[in-house]
Amino acid sequence: MVMPSLKLQDLIEEIRGAKTQAQEREVIQKECAHIRASFRDGDPLHRHRQLAKLLYVHMLGYPAHFGQMECLKLIASPRFSDKRVGYLGAMLLLDERQDAHLLITNSIKNDLSQGIQPVQGLALCTLSTMGSAEMCRDLATEVEKLFQQPSPYVRKKAILTAVHMIRKVPELSSIFLPLCAQLLHERHHGILLGTITLITELCERSPTALRHFRKVVPQLVQILRTLVASGYSTEHSISGVSDPFLQVQILRLLRILGRNHEESSEAMNDLLAQVATNTETRQNAGNAVLFETVLTIMDIHSAAGLRVLAVNILGRFLLNSDKNIRYVALTSLLRLVQSDHSAVQRHRPTVVECLQEPDPSLSRRALELSLALVNSSNVRAMTRELQGFLESCPPDLQADCASGILLAAERFAPTKRWHIDTILHVLTTAGNHVQDDAIANLTQLIGEAQELHAYSVRRLYSALAEDISQQPLAQVAAWCIGEYGDLLLEGSCEETEPLQVEEEEVLALLEKVLQSHMSLPATRGYALTALMKLSTRFHGVSNRVHQVMSIYGSCLDVELQQRAVEYNQFFQKYDHMRAAILEKMPLMERGSPQVEEKAEESKAAQLTETAPVPTEPQASKLLDLLDLLDGPSGDTQHPPHLDPSPGGALVHLLDLPCVPPPLAPIPNLRVFERQGLQLNLSFVRPPGIPALLLITATATNSSESDVTHFVCQAAVPKNFQLQLQAPSGDTLPAQGGLPITQLLRILNPNKAPLRLKLRLTYNHFGQSVQEIFEVNNLPLETWQ
Amino acid sequence: MIQAILVFNNHGKPRLVRFYQRFSEEIQQQIVRETFHLVLKRDDNICNFLEGGSLIGGSDYKLIYRHYATLYFVFCVDSSESELGILDLIQVFVETLDKCFENVCELDLIFHMDKVHYILQEVVMGGMVLETNMNEIVAQIEAQNKLEKSEGGLSAAPARAVSAVKNLNLPEIPRNINIGDLNIKVPNLSQFV
Repeated sequence: MVMPSLKLQDLIEEIRGAKTQAQEREVIQKECAHIRASFRDGDPLHRHRQLAKLLYVHMLGYPAHFGQMECLKLIASPRFSDKRVGYLGAMLLLDERQDAHLLITNSIKNDLSQGIQPVQGLALCTLSTMGSAEMCRDLATEVEKLFQQPSPYVRKKAILTAVHMIRKVPELSSIFLPLCAQLLHERHHGILLGTITLITELCERSPTALRHFRKVVPQLVQILRTLVASGYSTEHSISGVSDPFLQVQILRLLRILGRNHEESSEAMNDLLAQVATNTETRQNAGNAVLFETVLTIMDIHSAAGLRVLAVNILGRFLLNSDKNIRYVALTSLLRLVQSDHSAVQRHRPTVVECLQEPDPSLSRRALELSLALVNSSNVRAMTRELQGFLESCPPDLQADCASGILLAAERFAPTKRWHIDTILHVLTTAGNHVQDDAIANLTQLIGEAQELHAYSVRRLYSALAEDISQQPLAQVAAWCIGEYGDLLLEGSCEETEPLQVEEEEVLALLEKVLQSHMSLPATRGYALTALMKLSTRFHGVSNRVHQVMSIYGSCLDVELQQRAVEYNQFFQKYDHMRAAILEKMPLMERGSPQVEEKAEESKAAQLTETAPVPTEPQASKLLDLLDLLDGPSGDTQHPPHLDPSPGGALVHLLDLPCVPPPLAPIPNLRVFERQGLQLNLSFVRPPGIPALLLITATATNSSESDVTHFVCQAAVPKNFQLQLQAPSGDTLPAQGGLPITQLLRILNPNKAPLRLKLRLTYNHFGQSVQEIFEVNNLPLETWQ
Repeated sequence: MIQAILVFNNHGKPRLVRFYQRFSEEIQQQIVRETFHLVLKRDDNICNFLEGGSLIGGSDYKLIYRHYATLYFVFCVDSSESELGILDLIQVFVETLDKCFENVCELDLIFHMDKVHYILQEVVMGGMVLETNMNEIVAQIEAQNKLEKSEGGLSAAPARAVSAVKNLNLPEIPRNINIGDLNIKVPNLSQFV
């Protein structure tokens, strides 16, 4: 006895009747079992109903993949009700990643060519939603035919389907492009809307299409003018504005066409002025059109007066009570701030007020815009506002605000002291949201500002004494106290309040940082090093520091342990060197710390028997050595970590006693030149394998004639091993075409003097050439 | 381009879920949930625009939503759409629903989910705005409903009767009844079953 199947409504009632999630799941599973059985039995009568139910449970989140084949069957059925559900199922359940989707291509084709209008509409809708590239290619001609259909319903759908097809298969643009111009003459708004969308898509994809469509600008202007002037039309108007959707689309297309093009821009000027002044702004629809007009005016080559009008409209909108309008105004101003900075500056006070908005979307926009508006004249005021905002803003905005303030401070800081103050303020307010390079920047800044050392160290000390949980602050403060601790004891400094600090207090603070569970390992490293430095700056604290070092010699953190053990050495075996090593750091070069590292590496080469000082990121130094070209070697986090030792001289020692000297790159050698053909050799000695020499032979051709059949062979003395890899090609096009490169690997285990003979054969200027020569002037570094 | 259209109620139950970009089922449900949480946090007197959640991806996407009584209508769009325009579009869609269902309420959306999809298909197609003239849309929908009803006359109404007949254990119906010289061909009734 077959159970009567539930109608969709009944199923929904049952599901809603379920009191708990588990009950609902039960009901649905039972029903799905029925549906599956029904699909298996192949009941054509109720198939559409079963699929409708399946789509409902699919929306609630239950699996429905077993309905995919049923969609195909329903689409193939002649009945409209079947097709309707079938196509809906296809759009919701099928996707182009499964091969099954291709099976509906045939049904769609049939429906497009022979179906009644609603069916054609369904097919087009499905195609434009889930049509894959293959489907689009197969069905392009069908859709093209529908462009000629008399019914506007089908035509407008065909046009939008064409947009989707072009997105999937750009080559199809050539089919649809010629049809557009004619469609612009249509009266039906749906068709016009689709056509404008299609033209916009074509223009965005191809500059040729863009040029082609520039000639329809007058037509577009005319259409828009009619719309604006036609006044109230019951059909398409939304609160008194006639078809704002079409107006907005046309304005957007005009923007694309008028950009960077004088002539088109001129053709639109009058119309834009008209729309900007005459559009009703009391309702949302009018405002939508107005905004689009403003954006278009700003994007094309419009008259100066018009631009001023546009920015003023935006400024007016900023004061509007409607939050949506304010939001869109802020977004538009953000787009304009790059190109029309001074115009937007005029509205700075209003923008800053928007920072106080309780609405998070608005305050985020206001923040972005405020940051973009900071310049050298308003930096103090703006930073004050932004800092105020930072204190009260929601956490997700804090990171952006903090980095924005720091960036602005870096670009426009009027004085060093102000800059340090600003960074300090940011670190204390939103410390944990600050990016790592802020620490590096601050330490550099403080290091450079010699006159402010005392000031900085006092401020940092006070800030740290109050709160040790903000990690970046703790790190900078620890470093600073370590470096300039002696200045801290000196009593008075004009720029801050007098601060009486005892040596013991300072050490206690650093020890607190060291021991706190809130401190990151990096912070503790800073604190440890700072303590070490203070052992020379302060008097009479050596024992205490020594004690700390001994304790930390058995710390679980390997990094700290290593540091502590090595610092400990300074108290024991190398006590005589302690003062020298822990001297104040030299100024770091601003912005190029990696260059500084290279210079110091050469200094390091000269020192041989010093105690190995641990340096934090050993990996980066290896990279420095391997990096034979002068590229930067990594992230800027490393410079502050390398500060423990003074003079930088020992900074880059590995913990091996002798450090191989850094490898300067070996100069290239031009070995052959004839009639415009040149052969250059470049040499690389990888440091890991001392016996290996890699030579790259590069052949270039600057003459008028091609070089063909180029072959290079090499020979070396018997005790060497030579390996020649395949060249990149054998033809050198004339006039500086692509060079040929070939790699030679030479193993020289005995470090014997290198001798190299080369044989070149090639065709040039119609003659075949053979050259044999020995390479002279090989640099010593190639084999020593 | 419109990436997705979501309608859910104040408790997050989905009433209409339509994606114009391909996501797997799990991701779809996650997006619905995430969107609901984002939208729920909004007060009533702040703007209708939200920066999009992380799942729909990218910084280019915004959520534009409107709250009508117990339902949230959320359109997830990228930067090529006019924000205020989409607000109007949501209004057009809701008003069209109102015309088609006569004073639409949440129950209508619940029990006629498929019809809501068909109406939406006339307004937005492939992520792009198709038609905003309410009269045209309503006329199309009515024509299609009529078409469906007229077809339905063949089998939908007496569906239960037919299945009842099917379930009767009728003896095998002979194809031909041969009585003497008469040869009556019995029509095949199975196509109606």
